[in-house]
This record gives sequence, C-alpha cells and structure tokens, in this order.
Amino acid sequence: MNKLFKKIIGFPQSESGESFLSSFSAILFGVAFGFILMLIFNPSEAFEGIGIILTGGFEAGRSSLGTVLVNSAPIIITGLSVGFAFKTGLFNIGATGQLTVGAFAAIFVGVNWTFLPGNLHWIVAVLAAILAGAIWGIIPGLLKAFLNVHEVVATIMLNYIAMYLVVLGVKETVFNSLRSESLSVHPNAAIPTFGLDKIFPDSSITGGLILAFIAVIIIYIILKKTTFGYQLKAVGFNRYAAQYAGINEKMNIVYSMAIAGALSGLAGAVVFLTQSGIHITTTYILLPQGFDGIAVALLGLSTPIGVLFAGIFFGYIKVGGFFLQRLAFEKEIISVIIASIIYFSALSAIFKKYVRKVFATKKNSDGGDE
Amino acid sequence: MEYVIEMLNITKDFPGIRANDNVTLQLKKGEIHALLGENGAGKSTLMSILFGLYQPTSGTIKVRGEEVVVRNPNDANEMQIGMVHQHFKLVHNFTVAENIILGKEDTNRGFLNMDDAIKKITALSERYNFNIDANALISDISVGMQQRVEILKMLYRDAEIMIFDEPTAVLTPQEISELMKIMKHLTEEGKSIILITHKLKEIKAVSNRCSVLRKGKYIGTVDVGKTSIEQMAEMMVGRKVLFEVEKGASKIGESILSVKNLNMTNKVGKEVLRDVSFEVKAGEILCIAGIEGNGQTQLIEAITGLNSHFSGNVFIREDEITHKSIRNKTLTGIGHIPEDRHKHGLVLDYNLGENMILQSYFDNEFQNYGFLDFEAISKHTNDLIERFDIRIGRGERTSARSMSGGNQQKAIVAREFDRNPDLMIAVQPTRGLDVGAIEYIHKQLVRLRDENKAVLLVSLELDEVLSVSDRILVMYEGELVANVYPKDVTENDLGLYMSGSKRGAV
Repeated sequence: MNKLFKKIIGFPQSESGESFLSSFSAILFGVAFGFILMLIFNPSEAFEGIGIILTGGFEAGRSSLGTVLVNSAPIIITGLSVGFAFKTGLFNIGATGQLTVGAFAAIFVGVNWTFLPGNLHWIVAVLAAILAGAIWGIIPGLLKAFLNVHEVVATIMLNYIAMYLVVLGVKETVFNSLRSESLSVHPNAAIPTFGLDKIFPDSSITGGLILAFIAVIIIYIILKKTTFGYQLKAVGFNRYAAQYAGINEKMNIVYSMAIAGALSGLAGAVVFLTQSGIHITTTYILLPQGFDGIAVALLGLSTPIGVLFAGIFFGYIKVGGFFLQRLAFEKEIISVIIASIIYFSALSAIFKKYVRKVFATKKNSDGGDE
Repeated sequence: MEYVIEMLNITKDFPGIRANDNVTLQLKKGEIHALLGENGAGKSTLMSILFGLYQPTSGTIKVRGEEVVVRNPNDANEMQIGMVHQHFKLVHNFTVAENIILGKEDTNRGFLNMDDAIKKITALSERYNFNIDANALISDISVGMQQRVEILKMLYRDAEIMIFDEPTAVLTPQEISELMKIMKHLTEEGKSIILITHKLKEIKAVSNRCSVLRKGKYIGTVDVGKTSIEQMAEMMVGRKVLFEVEKGASKIGESILSVKNLNMTNKVGKEVLRDVSFEVKAGEILCIAGIEGNGQTQLIEAITGLNSHFSGNVFIREDEITHKSIRNKTLTGIGHIPEDRHKHGLVLDYNLGENMILQSYFDNEFQNYGFLDFEAISKHTNDLIERFDIRIGRGERTSARSMSGGNQQKAIVAREFDRNPDLMIAVQPTRGLDVGAIEYIHKQLVRLRDENKAVLLVSLELDEVLSVSDRILVMYEGELVANVYPKDVTENDLGLYMSGSKRGAV
C-alpha cells in the first residue's frame, strides 16, 4: 500500500510521469489555442464548439468511437514510423510518400491478384504494402549512409516522386475511369474486422487498429529489448561512438529507414484495404496521414506507447472537428482549428522542460549524480 | 587581511549525499588560490554555489566583506565573478571579437558597435600579451588561443574574480607555461583567481594557497610555498600516493602490433602521416610522445580503423588487419581508450550499463536469440563499478551524461581492460584525471604489460611518457623523429625532439 502511494506521489517525477505530464500540458495548450481561434471566428458559439470538439468522439456513442479508431490506426502507424526513425537519429519526413507507395502496392494486389484465396489475399496485399514502403525508405537510407545526402531533403523529394508515380500507376493499372480513382479492392483483400464491427457498430472500423497495436508492440520490443534496437539507438545517439564500437553505422541507417518505410507502407494498407469506399484519387495531393504521423510522434515523444495514445487523441479530436460542422463554423476554419490543436500539442517536448522545473523544485535541490 | 570572496561553512545536501560538508574557502585579493580534490570531492558543487546554480543548505557567502545571496549566474556576473569552463563555450564560426561581445553587445541605434569592441579587445590583448587577432575565426585558432578568448571574455566584462576550471587539461606543455604566465600577470593587475585542478605540479608552480576537499569534506588550506607536493597529494587522497610508477624490468616477447609505411593525407591535401613504421611487442609499453596535432590522432585512427583513407599495412602478430572492419579488429584483441571520450568513448544518452557492453552486446554473455539479457548486463556493470571504483549515484542506471569526467574515463578504462585485449591502445588515458585515478590507470597499464600484453600509449604529458613507458617514439609533423629509452633521455631532450629541433635514429 505504502509502495503504491509512493508510486503515485512520485509519478510526476518519474520518467514516464514526466513524459505524460508534458504531453498532457501540451494538449491543454493546444486546446486553449483552438478555443482562442474559435472566440475570434465565432465568439457566440465558441463555448459550445469547444465542448463539441472535446466530446465529439462520444457524440454518437460506440459508432463515433469506432470512427475515432478508424482515423487513429494509420496515424498511430505513421507516428511509429517517424518516432522509430527519430529514436535512431533520423528525421523521416517521407512517411507520406512511403504510405502512398504502400497504398498503391496494396491496392494493386487487392484488385488484381484475385487468384489468392480467402485470408491469404489481404495478407499478401498488406505484405506488398510493407515491402513497397520499405523500399521507399531504403532509398533515402542508402543516400544518407553512403552519399551523406540529408534524409530530410531526400524524403521530401521522394514524397513528390511517390505521389506522381502512384497517380500514373493507378491510371495505368487499377483505374476506374468513370470516377477517376482507383478500383475497389476485392472483398477478400479488405483487412478483416476481427469482430471489432460488433463492438463498434455502424462505423467503418477495420482490423487496421489491430495491426497498429501489433506494430506498436513489435517496435516497443525491438527498441527496448533487442540487440538490434540497441545498435540502432547507439547509432542514433552517437554515430561516432557506434563506429568506434564496431557497429556498422551505415547499414544501421539503412535498416532504420527500411523499418520506418515499412511501417508507413503498412499504414497505406490500413487506410486503403477497406470496403468503405476509400480510393486513391488522381488529384495530386500528398496524403495527410504521413504528416500527421510527425505530429503524433512529437506528441508521443517518439516512444511506441506514447505514439499509441497520441494517435488515438488525434483521431478523437478529428471526429470532434467533424461534428463541429453542426455549428456555424466554416469548413476551412474547422480545419484550421483542428490543425492548430494538433500541431500545438506536438510541442510536448518543449513542455517537458517546464514540467521538470515545476515538479523538480524539490528534486532539483537534490541535484544530479555527481 | 582582505578577502574578496569568503564561502563560510558551506554545506550542501543532495538526497542521500552531502556534496559539501562545512566547507570554507577564503580568497585573498591578488592571489591564486588552488581548489584541490579528486573527482567527486565537491569542487564543482562548491563553484556552482558560488555561481548561483545551487543554493547552499547552510553557510554564508561574502563578497568583498558583504554577505550576499547569489541567486543565479547573472548575480555572479554583477559581482564581477567570471569563469573559464573546462569545455569552452565558444561559437566556432564566429570571430574572436564576436564571441567576446556575445551577450554584452554594444549597439548604436540597433546596429552593432563592433569597432569600439574590437578596440577594447585589442587593448586588453596587448596589455596582457595575449597576442590575439580579434578578427580571427575561432575555428582557425588553437585550443590555447581559444582559452585566451575565454579569459578575454571575463576581462571584457570587468571580472575581478576569476575561476579557472581544469584549465590545463586541454593544453600542450608550452601552452601551459604560457597560461601560467598569464595567470600571474592577471594577479599582478589585482585580479584574484580560483584554480580548480588536480595537477599538483601546476599548483606548486603558480598558486599562493591551496584548499583541499575530500569526499565533500573540507580538509584544510595550506600555504603552497611551505607544503610539498607529496603532502598535498596525501591531503587530497587521504593516503600516501606513489608518484613513481612501480614496475620491474620488461620481458619483451614477440611482436604484437606492427605498422609498416603508413602514409596519410588529410582532406586539404596536407601530409599528416609520413612513412610511419614501428612495432609494439608483448610485454612492452610503447609511448608515442609529441605535441598535440602532430599526427598522433591520425595514426591511431588508421590503426583502429576509424579512418581508412591511408596507405601502408597494419599487422596483429602475422595477420594483416589493415582494412579489416573495426568490429573485426576489436575481436582480434585490440582495446582502445579513445582520445575523445564524449565523441567516441561513450554514448552519453545511454546509461552506464548500456555503455559497458558497447563492443560486446552481441556476445552470448549479454544476449539470448537477439534479446538483451538485462540481468547479465547489470551484473557485469556492477562488477566493473566495484572493481574499477567508479563512483556514481545510481549504479548501472546512471546516465553516462551525468557522470563526472573522471568517472566517465574510469568507465571506459574499465570496459576496455575488462575485454582483456592483447594490444591496448590508450590515447591520453589520464587526461583530466586526479592523481589517485592516474596512479590507478598507470598501474593497470603496467599490469597489462606484465601479463605479456602490448601497450601503445599516446601521451602529451612528459611526466607520464618518462615514468610509464618502456620505449618512446617521438612524433613531429606526421613523422617519427626519435626512438629512445626513458632512462637515456631527459625531459629537455624530449622537448627538443617534440619541437622538431632535433632528430634521432628511428
């Protein structure tokens, strides 16, 4: 009992407590900023509006919770992608490009390879997406490792290359010319719901959430428990020390980008391997889930568990934004408000410093290890 | 007697540890006052209190006789207290003048008043014979010059009380004697200096008085002129210290490392290694002596594989390892205590335990099927902490970043010795360490040699070169210019070889 009490009291000062509190205060700050925007654009309905944003996820009960989770699954995975790369010292801005090629690979397999029976079809489609994303991650990895091309530059440019190539690929191979978008995947290629549709009826929930959970667990284990994660992090923290220790830092950069790319590719499969009418369109737009992944990783402080909660939070806020349309807010303004909340929330790393200060006044007088 | 600073009965408690226990430090005007103590003795804590980074648990601080509370470093600045940190705080792509005015820029309607600043800096530089060009880029000047910039920074801010934290740790012997001249000059001009160091010789050379701390406790203040180095060392360590390295005659065995015709040019096309050939034999401590920057770093990089852009051959016993991977070399039996412990030696964001398995995490001892065996790592680390006397607060979970420099070095030494290599390459292994730790590391090197292993030591300290090594090679401008035995040479001879004014047979 005493131990538990100590644990609760000590929570704000423990490492995970510090992370939680900083993320939480970042969210509060983001919501406050969103509220100010609402006061500016529509003062009379601002209070009602902020209420809707904060409770929207529960608005229609389990159905809207289902929608929250549908939105969350891919950005949890792209958040993992960005967070994983970040833990290993790389800034993966290319999640959206990797997601796009993953999506195309998934759709291509999902539409064309109808010879695959039953469950095998969606599994192969998902694997194809993972592979495509991994290849799209390996390219900047190789450029960084062997030619010292900065990964931010390489991944940004590859985002556009992916976008144009995929639109071309859709037009050439899986084109629905009537609707000017990709063809719908075969029912066997849609990721099954694993019974989630019973828990969250009337939502377009898929098993993507399960895949996201699995990805979180795998990445957590790799980073925390394995020698592979140990050497990846060593390269990320200090490339020179890793080199000194005989770790092949060049190949580790490539591995790290391959995994980051594979995750984003998986996110592409999670978004598009569904029967609910989502397709790749032929308009030239970078898919937002990739960029949301950056914000998710920042809010979750790049840890797998943090990313999981951050992704669910973002999905939740987005559903709240959807219901905000009932009030007299312009659609664009809603996007601005939601984006502000999300991106201000992503500042949690900054808040970490303050959390430490506030809760450490006692602790600080006790100083460091020297 | 007038004291400019008095820290009276300072006690500072951290949970579980009393970092300063009733410490008193009184600095007279115009004196150089050494603050002596081993790593973790509480010197840094005491100075942090003077600088307002920590508040004392009890005790008082008086500046020029008046009791004061130093809440933060800005308060300290206003009291004209300045500090030269061990690791300089300089912007490398700024000029000397830009660095000096940084934080105290004079402006004229929003524009920098650079001309006046440069005039003032030049005047200060001339007055103290700093011989410094205010317009030079920091990245273009030597470490010794960079330190002068730090001193100029204090002078520019009219500091009267100057704290030097381990100022000679990064300097060559010549630069050290220059610095000592400067410090004496400063006190002649009425400045007062606190010198934090563990180099007893330097204390003897420049200080007037010396206060000693040991494990947080105040041991006493002595008049340096009337106290011998041995007495001060005993005060610091709490027991008698051996300055002479005890070692028997060496039993030279087979050749362990042989290096043949190494040549290297750097990025701008300058020859940094010129036809370097030598052997290190089992049972021998071979020392590469030389002034910093004469190719020692590049030589070690070539042997260890950190740099592969060179020609020539490297052999361990009969096996050529010239272009083998670093991992391969490590496993062949090369231990390496690197020159830069922060850049190469440690992953500062890893904890101590994780750092202790840096080259062996893949070993079956520490992993099962790719999963790290944390229990084994913890056991291994605690064993090393014990055996190598690493002093830290939180065991293997202590983050490497939070450890003091001396303990970081001890951790690296522990890791490399524990791997029990046939060839130990130790690059300035005692840089910045206190006498107790230096004695310890020297003993370990000798023990390794007595176990019939080969030791290649790179050192800038002539004392160390002469007392530890069995044979000395001197490097000058990328070439070996002398091959001598310590009993046949004096410090003076070595100095002549090192400065290129004399050449011997190699």
